[in-house]
Amino acid sequence: MTDTASAPAPTTPADAADTWTVAGRTFTSRLIVGTGKYKDFEQNAAAVEASGAEIVTVAVRRVNVSDPKAPMLTDYIDPKKITYLPNTAGCFTAEDAIRTLRLAREAGGWDLVKLEVLGEARTLYPDMRETLKATEILAKEGFLPMVYCVDDPIAAKQLEEAGAVAVMPLGAPIGSGLGIQNQVTVRLIVEGAKVPVLVDAGVGTASEAAVAMELGCDGVLMNTAIAEAKNPVRMALAMRLAVEAGRHAYLSGRMAKRRYADPSSPLSGMI
Amino acid sequence: MTRNDTPSPLLSLTVNGEPHRIEAGATIADLVAKIGLDPAKVAVEHNAEIAPRSTLADIVLRDGDSLEIVHFVGGG
Repeated sequence: MTDTASAPAPTTPADAADTWTVAGRTFTSRLIVGTGKYKDFEQNAAAVEASGAEIVTVAVRRVNVSDPKAPMLTDYIDPKKITYLPNTAGCFTAEDAIRTLRLAREAGGWDLVKLEVLGEARTLYPDMRETLKATEILAKEGFLPMVYCVDDPIAAKQLEEAGAVAVMPLGAPIGSGLGIQNQVTVRLIVEGAKVPVLVDAGVGTASEAAVAMELGCDGVLMNTAIAEAKNPVRMALAMRLAVEAGRHAYLSGRMAKRRYADPSSPLSGMI
Repeated sequence: MTRNDTPSPLLSLTVNGEPHRIEAGATIADLVAKIGLDPAKVAVEHNAEIAPRSTLADIVLRDGDSLEIVHFVGGG
């Protein structure tokens, strides 16, 4: 946490059912996990199970026409039990992203999607001009786009006005595991948003997921931090616990910071 | 077209960027079945337009058609 700012007063008792809702769909888990980079489908499915995630991101790609019987993700992670959130990873224009999501809607039959329009391969930083354009078009076509974006409170508001059902600022570059680089801007986005805010990208380890939740985010989306851990299934569990811990800490309202010590034991009655 | 009245027995298609041949008169559903895919698990784009799953058996392929057949894979 930054300087001496304290979290807003909790509005929900920590012991009450603490759910979050995006575009009218309510979820209990605040952790969304990706399904890329795993050793195999079995490990991927085990990690999703351990994470407690109710939503997974998936990519849309050409089928291998020469090997049509190859195992598919849907054979291991059941889209009837886990919400598939199709992404537009690898798309560098609004046009490509929209084309991809139209196919995703046909493949999956649902409108909740993750939009990301990338600006360059080296940083995978979002191209916000194209992202905003795509958000407007998708919203008009009836999609419910959850949008990967820069950690910029003004851009986040513009996305919301354009029809984003959630804004998902990066904590650090995709796949970098550098942690949340700008806690101030993430907090400002949370304070200004009327739609859910999820940190998407940059989390490397459990404490960083907790930081995102302590900033007041509604959730965290990650892939590499779990998939590239030495033990992905155990890291998935760690992330679940961290997201829950961070959420409880946020709702509890943290203590104020002091510049010097303040004893916890009474000063009176000393022998 | 001022070509031979006898239609070519095979159509030349581009499927996922690769050349592909199929009998004249075949529909998209026929193509998907011939490749060996479960239509419930894929989505098809036909000449840059979405081909809704419910219409795959109704769309007759033509020579030179371009198709993209996609599915969900792991991703972040």
